[in-house]
Amino acid sequence: MTSRLRFTLQLSFTLLVCAFMLVPVAMSVMAGLTENYFVGLQSGLTLRWVNEVWQLYANTIWLSIKLAIACLVITTLIGVPAAYGLLRSRRRWANAIEELLLLPVAVPGLATALALLLAYGSYREFRGSWLFILVGHVLFTLPFMVRAVLSVMQTAQLNHLEEAAASLGASFRQRFFAVVIPNCMSGILAGALMVVTLSIGEFNITWMLHTPLTKTLPVGLADSYASMRLEIGSAYTLIFLVMVVPLLVAIQWAGRLTGQRR
Amino acid sequence: MSSSVSITLTHCSRTFAGGFTALKPLDLQVKAGETLVLLGPSGCGKTTTLRIISGLESPDIGGRVLFGERDVTALPIEKRDVGMVFQNYALFPNMSVADNIAYGLKIQRLPRAEIAQRLDEVMRMVDLKGFGERRIDALSGGQKQRVALARAIAVRPKVLLFDEPLAALDAQLRDRLRLEIGELLRELGTTAVYVTHDQDEAMALGDRIAVMQAGSIAQLGTPQEIYHQPANAFVADFIGAVNCLEVIAKQPDGRLRVHGGELNATHLQNVSTVYCRPEDIQVVPLSQADIKGEVIKSVFLGQTQRLMVNTGGSKPLQIEAPSRQRWANGAVIGLTLPPSVLFHPDANASLYSKDIVHG
Repeated sequence: MTSRLRFTLQLSFTLLVCAFMLVPVAMSVMAGLTENYFVGLQSGLTLRWVNEVWQLYANTIWLSIKLAIACLVITTLIGVPAAYGLLRSRRRWANAIEELLLLPVAVPGLATALALLLAYGSYREFRGSWLFILVGHVLFTLPFMVRAVLSVMQTAQLNHLEEAAASLGASFRQRFFAVVIPNCMSGILAGALMVVTLSIGEFNITWMLHTPLTKTLPVGLADSYASMRLEIGSAYTLIFLVMVVPLLVAIQWAGRLTGQRR
Repeated sequence: MSSSVSITLTHCSRTFAGGFTALKPLDLQVKAGETLVLLGPSGCGKTTTLRIISGLESPDIGGRVLFGERDVTALPIEKRDVGMVFQNYALFPNMSVADNIAYGLKIQRLPRAEIAQRLDEVMRMVDLKGFGERRIDALSGGQKQRVALARAIAVRPKVLLFDEPLAALDAQLRDRLRLEIGELLRELGTTAVYVTHDQDEAMALGDRIAVMQAGSIAQLGTPQEIYHQPANAFVADFIGAVNCLEVIAKQPDGRLRVHGGELNATHLQNVSTVYCRPEDIQVVPLSQADIKGEVIKSVFLGQTQRLMVNTGGSKPLQIEAPSRQRWANGAVIGLTLPPSVLFHPDANASLYSKDIVHG
């Protein structure tokens, strides 16, 4: 009897907390879809605001996607070999480097961006291009890729697998592509999803580094909140959610995949 | 196969960063086509020796590794033409059984038809026919080690290296796979080096055995020599159980007085102890006994039983007796130890000193 009561209490508390967190999301989504938020739902549902956002901000969405893909390519090309290098190097050095890699995550994004501006801001061409923002994004997301790949590498007995491949005559290059990469694929996948999600949602660094011609989705979002109708900002949020939620689900799925492997 | 090659290690030592010496300067020759077992407790340097032969490790400066006449010291493992079987299988989980076995053949860029033919051949040899498409994680431990074995022999290496391949398997499977590896090695005639800490494995597989202790070879010889004429107390003790009888006095007629009686051992004169194996001691009627003692414990082992007999020495004697006879604890029994079963390592040492490396 008491256990049943306890269960009911726990369940209602959980549901309450869920509601507390989900209601604002739902309201925001609704706001983006109603004709007039201040009148309420009876003013009717519409896709007008979504459409308007698309007219106004489509380029920010495309830029965010471009940045995320470029960021993914670079973090994969740097991150996987870096993780392998850390795996092979002496523990003391590896720890120090891993901590250094984490620094851009711990340091406020604004500070990172300021440092980048101080160092490279005077190169006009570079300063004005989307590549400048890309540098910030790579700095911020690289540790996530490295850590995801490294943790899989550490559990995959790569040492032994590589020795076995070498005994069969495989050169370093052959071993790296036939044994190392395929056996840390789940880590690369998890890292990749993380990198894309973080890059699409990154605001702090991007806000400092952007120019009027290089606005990303979150920067545009801030812009619309500040200067547009509430409905437009909400519709914009809706678009952002549609892009990011599938990624988050995929991260969960990839995490389970790595879990099974072990 | 006639193409088997000898392995020669000269002055190979290995010191790790931090000054730990895993291997003292070692000279060793493995004859073409023979199976040499490196046997010893963990940390004795056997795996380091194997890794130096394989090329996964380099000897300290001055050491040389030769395959036949060819100096391979500077070659990494992938250029040495070896096949290796690891304790933890080290199979590629991203490939099927067939892809694992064919990996080395693909690296060699053999024609597709030949790869298929060799695959078929080695899978039959290790009794894995029909398993080609299986995933690695769908195999049992014994099957995994068969795949590893097939993968190593598929490339027809000059030298086969085994790093405790059976240590992770349960006892029954270990025995069966040991027999199969033995047959396979005889069939192939490839020079092989086999590392183990299991003396049964060493006895069953080795043409010769090198017993290693603290980074050097304590004795190198055939299984019979190692067992019956151990070069020192360590070898005697490591290979099978051994009794050590303390000599209290030497009688005028040459017999040796020990706890519980006297032994006839004229071939062992200036020794303070005498060794013998538990299975070489026989239980006899008291009237015919060399020594007498009191049974303090008996352990039934199935085929035999192990008796612990107190003869008054510091340690009880271990005796392997037929299992059907029964003795109660406290019973006094007579034992006979014929001269031929008594030995002392010092008397053997001179026989084998040429093989022993002093580091």
